[in-house]
Amino acid sequence: MVKVEINGQVVEAREGDMLIDVADSASISIPRFCYHKKLSIAANCRMCLVDVEGAWKAVPACATPVTDGMKVNTRSPKAIAAQKAVMEFLLINHPLDCPICDQGGECELQDVAMDYGDDVSQYSEAKRIVGDRNVGSLIQTDMTRCIHCTRCVRFGQEIAGLKELGATGRSEWMEIGTYIEKSIDSELSGNMIDLCPVGALTNKPFRYKARSWELKAHPTVAPHDSIGSNIFVHTRNGEVMRVVPRENEAINETWIADRDRFSCEALHSADRLTQPKVKAEGHWSSMDWSLALQVTVEKLKPYLANPEQIAILLSPNSTLEEVYLVKKLANALGINNIEHRLRQQDFSADQYGINQTLAMRLADVEALDSVLVIGGHLRKDLPLLNNRLRKAQLNGCEVNVVNPSGLDYNLGIEHQVDTLSLVSELASILKAANELVDQDNQVELAAVTFNATHTAIANSLIKGKKSALMLGLIAQADVHYSKILQLASQLAQTTGSSFSDLPAFSNTVGANLILASNSADLTNWLANGKKVFINVGIEPEFDCLLADQALRAMQQAELVINLTAFDSVSQQNYADIMLPIAIFAENAGTLVNIQQDWQSFKLFASAKGEAKPAWKVLRVLGNMFDLEGFDYTNTAEVLAEIKALNLSIKQPDYQCNLDLSVITPTPSSLVPCYSVDGMVRRSPALQATPDAQLTNPLN
Amino acid sequence: MVELNLCCYRNNHLDKSWDIDTYISQGGYQVWKQVLSGELTPQEIIDEVKVSNLRGRGGAGFPTGLKWSFMNRHSPGQKYIVCNSDESEPGTCKDRDIMRYNPHQLIEGMAIAGYVIGASVGYNYIRGEFWEPYDRFTRAIMQAREAGMLGNNILGSGWDFDLNTHQGAGAYICGEETALLESIEGKKGQPRFKPPFPASYGLYGKPTTINNTETLASIPMILAKGGDWFAKLGVPGAGGTKLFSMSGHLEKPANYEIPMGTPFKDLLSLAGGVWKGRELKAVIPGGSSTAVLPADKALAMNMDYDSIAKAGSFLGAGSVIVMDDQTDMVKSLERLTWFYYDESCGQCTPCREGTGWMYRVVKRIRQGKGRPEDIETLKDVSGKITGRVICGLGDAAAIPVASFLQHFEHEFRHYIDHGCSIFDRA
Amino acid sequence: MSSVDTLNIIQGDVKKRIDRWLARYPVDQKQSAVIPSLRIVQEVNGGHLTKEIMDQVAQYLEMTPISVYEVATFYSNFEHQPVGRHKICLCTNISCMLRGSDELLDYLKTKLDVDVGQVTEDGKFSIKKVECLGACVNAPMMQIDKTFYENLTEQRLDEILDSLE
Ligand SMILES: Cc1cc2nc3c(=O)[nH]c(=O)nc-3n(C[C@H](O)[C@H](O)[C@H](O)COP(=O)(O)O)c2cc1C
Ligand code: SF4
Ligand code: FES
Repeated sequence: MVKVEINGQVVEAREGDMLIDVADSASISIPRFCYHKKLSIAANCRMCLVDVEGAWKAVPACATPVTDGMKVNTRSPKAIAAQKAVMEFLLINHPLDCPICDQGGECELQDVAMDYGDDVSQYSEAKRIVGDRNVGSLIQTDMTRCIHCTRCVRFGQEIAGLKELGATGRSEWMEIGTYIEKSIDSELSGNMIDLCPVGALTNKPFRYKARSWELKAHPTVAPHDSIGSNIFVHTRNGEVMRVVPRENEAINETWIADRDRFSCEALHSADRLTQPKVKAEGHWSSMDWSLALQVTVEKLKPYLANPEQIAILLSPNSTLEEVYLVKKLANALGINNIEHRLRQQDFSADQYGINQTLAMRLADVEALDSVLVIGGHLRKDLPLLNNRLRKAQLNGCEVNVVNPSGLDYNLGIEHQVDTLSLVSELASILKAANELVDQDNQVELAAVTFNATHTAIANSLIKGKKSALMLGLIAQADVHYSKILQLASQLAQTTGSSFSDLPAFSNTVGANLILASNSADLTNWLANGKKVFINVGIEPEFDCLLADQALRAMQQAELVINLTAFDSVSQQNYADIMLPIAIFAENAGTLVNIQQDWQSFKLFASAKGEAKPAWKVLRVLGNMFDLEGFDYTNTAEVLAEIKALNLSIKQPDYQCNLDLSVITPTPSSLVPCYSVDGMVRRSPALQATPDAQLTNPLN
Repeated sequence: MVELNLCCYRNNHLDKSWDIDTYISQGGYQVWKQVLSGELTPQEIIDEVKVSNLRGRGGAGFPTGLKWSFMNRHSPGQKYIVCNSDESEPGTCKDRDIMRYNPHQLIEGMAIAGYVIGASVGYNYIRGEFWEPYDRFTRAIMQAREAGMLGNNILGSGWDFDLNTHQGAGAYICGEETALLESIEGKKGQPRFKPPFPASYGLYGKPTTINNTETLASIPMILAKGGDWFAKLGVPGAGGTKLFSMSGHLEKPANYEIPMGTPFKDLLSLAGGVWKGRELKAVIPGGSSTAVLPADKALAMNMDYDSIAKAGSFLGAGSVIVMDDQTDMVKSLERLTWFYYDESCGQCTPCREGTGWMYRVVKRIRQGKGRPEDIETLKDVSGKITGRVICGLGDAAAIPVASFLQHFEHEFRHYIDHGCSIFDRA
Repeated sequence: MSSVDTLNIIQGDVKKRIDRWLARYPVDQKQSAVIPSLRIVQEVNGGHLTKEIMDQVAQYLEMTPISVYEVATFYSNFEHQPVGRHKICLCTNISCMLRGSDELLDYLKTKLDVDVGQVTEDGKFSIKKVECLGACVNAPMMQIDKTFYENLTEQRLDEILDSLE
């Protein structure tokens, strides 16, 4: 530790820390534009110039490491003269269009100009004007406002792993952009909006919708993937306007995925179901809630005599409270068929137990030195886990993959096996690993052969001090998922690696906790049909892996009850009752993420029309069925009840009775990242991106 | 009488002076052989260079021996020696003639420098427009390889050294050493923030020493004749001869290699004096980045660092731009401000924004549309750039503005008051 | 020149020339060859670059296209608009200006009947004003293609232009 004096105040710091960080930690503010703690140091804006004793000129605080005894003045005449000069230079070519700029009110340039700018500039020449290019549906550019801090360029290069923006030309003609007309395609691209200190890059769907000072920020949790990114939702008069990241080093750092930022458009979708609807003799009519629920109870009652006839399909993005109440209600009515793992078809490993979590903290991923990803397109499915992995890779971690071909990686892959048969490749790697550690090979592996790549992957895992195996959505969708689990867990053991069967959705972990003890056989229900389906927060025909079967099952069922936020033609075709539920910001509850953080959030936006949070609907249904214990007044009470159960995940013991004799390749089951749930399917901005083009069933 | 061409240009007058045979006939590659045979240790070489008082010829005048001592020869991993032949500073064209007429001396100098700092690979960065020098130098490398002066296990010494040329493509900023490294790495030539310095983080992130062409080409002679010989050619604090590019209003503009400390007057008469019998008005002594001096100050100075500094300017790269009494100083400054505006890399705010601002104001004045406050604005803007930029280009852009105004403000004032130059008075 | 396959420009001789440059740099530093590669494809393409050929350089050197555009727009030797068969680069910087480059430029413009940045009707010449080319002691000067022409006068200029095909 060293001691530094800033403006007379003595501050302790680690030697070599940059002056700007040290000042920040002591709450001494130094103006800056190009500096960002998550990006490399560029020191190009020169806004952070400060006065260091002994230096003849002012030095940039962002690029000056502290030394013991250093004396710094951030407000001396020399420092202020430098800061004012830079401010003046920045403003000469910056348009004075703050009144119509979307960044107005949250513009770093505007803020700093208030403090350091002079009111009148002597500059009287013509200002630079820069032409804009369309960079896609998510980001609006106004490059005349750009101050060339290059944060966005560095973000692309360093974080997104995809250099899409650059600075072309030189001198005053230097322009930030794509140079040619080209969309920005990173799944993390929206973060550039936050990074841009001015109004050059702004949120396109949000454009001209509201001024920043009219907005109220509400902390909550992103509802799409198992990272559970922390976000702020900005509302105006109770209406959701946009989403921005909320910093949490342990989870999402300062980033969020585009999915988490832009899906909020769906809240205002024309598809929103705003009133309960019931079908009678082929005709839909809207009803008030009490009548609709009465109809629901009446229609359901005859089937309760034989509850085996009934199956409940539940969104893995449902809150913990919702899952719990579904289960509580169902079990009280004798219904045992509940499932949320809709993108899975082989459930035979359930007998060993279920553990879909990350076997470490997210931050620890950065310290791994060897990883094998099996059947997972992490970049698109779990973008911020991928970001951690990318950092690990840049630190020297070897990342290996066994995946279908054609996936687009944004990090260096050490060894890659392209396959549609994960099981056979995994068996080969396991056999190679066994040989490497001189372990007797099991008889089941007798017929298995392996090649140099298999050995290289096994070796990478063995020699890695911190090595990890990770299974993704593609593996989970495999017809041989249970065999993959068995092989992978053995491979983890043999190579001394941790093993994570990665949960994909925002409450996969929570739903597993609550539903683990339920017997489930989704594949069978869909293939052979059930008389009654109750769907909570899903569209089975899109959210189930076996989509065609699911649709057929719905169409053939006698009664389909959908608790849903969205109306659609296909639902109208097969459902009998549609009950409008609240989603995202309109709801309160708890989500359990990949590293088992229980994150509760509050309701702060009014639900569309008469939509109600699902937990309230379930509570009322409980009451209407005269069931005990459905008198909750808020989600906190439900949560307390769940906590009292002391649920925990037990590490499965995948006993080995491997049968590798009939292995059929599984057709690739890649889930397009902008089709994973009803919300993202209804974000026009996301749907206009290349990532969505091929795949959205609604398109 | 001034003695000419004792070091870098010593062979230029010979027939086919660029040929390896010519070079060897003049004692070329002898030092390199000595070095390889172990007769001269790296430390002895550094000491000799220190004795020679050789200061970097790229413009900054940094003592070469000291620079070399920053490199740890024995640290593991690749190291590089890089020669800066970007030569793009207006007024400068001395390195071109080293490559055209004495390329082997540069090769020998680079090889020795590489040996001293432990670099087995070198690059010579030649500006993109220099085709003839590029061809001569590249051919010289091939000759040197064939003659066994470069390559693996050179002359059985166990030492490897190979040399390549790299071509620029039109960017003054690539003369700045870290921009030059970026450029070799295949990027835009945008200077890096220092520290770290190239000696610890240079080409491809490896320890690197960068020297100017003239600096490196001086090395074989320093070692052949002794540091003392070289030091004594010059003045205390600046040894050797120096190449001066004499351009502008002269009868005999040319490159002259003369001892440091030669009176400017003598150099001027070497170059035939001011052309057309006119009077001297002003001199830019070290290239466009050094302050302009009025005739009286120039005529009183000697051509070495201290003397020129005392006169109020800098020796720079030895690029002497001579202006006669008919020169329009406003127009001259307009040209220089345009240059820095055009060549700013665009990276840091004061330089990107300030160079254009200065150019626009000077241009406006020259067009007869100047305003009374313009002179203050120019002084203010140039002052606001200075010391607040990443590299020397921004500072260099401010110098002409400040110095032209310091010595020739009345010409600017005349334009502002009358809308025309002092010569259009009548 | 017209027979250039711009969709597959890095082949045959062009590829060989680029590969020779690549050999000068460490194997994992292909990007180092971007300037020479752009220069070669520009030359083969008749003097200017297009998005298509820059993209091919990007692919060949394993760079992102934008990184190639950055380089191609930073260095002034690269052209993004068609130029004449001979690109006349006249230095107008200080040392040349002091010795009459402005007058020479006017002469050139009148003679060829084109402005700076334009191509003559027969496609033979285009004029470019350039910064100091490092031949100041022989001012005024110009570069045409790879050759420096120094100590220019109007008469010399006539002779030089006449001598070019
Ligand atoms: C804008 C700028 C342009 C420069 N151009 C050149 C150049 O063309 N040639 C050169 O040798 N040094 C040039 N330099 C100086 C180099 O940065 C560096 O100091 C020099 O090459 C070191 O070599 P030396 O120690 O042998 O002088 C330039 C510096 C700046 C700031
Ligand atoms: S667009 Fe914004 S983030 Fe990018 S360089 Fe310009 S000011 Fe910086
Ligand atoms: S924040 Fe330090 S130079 Fe930009």
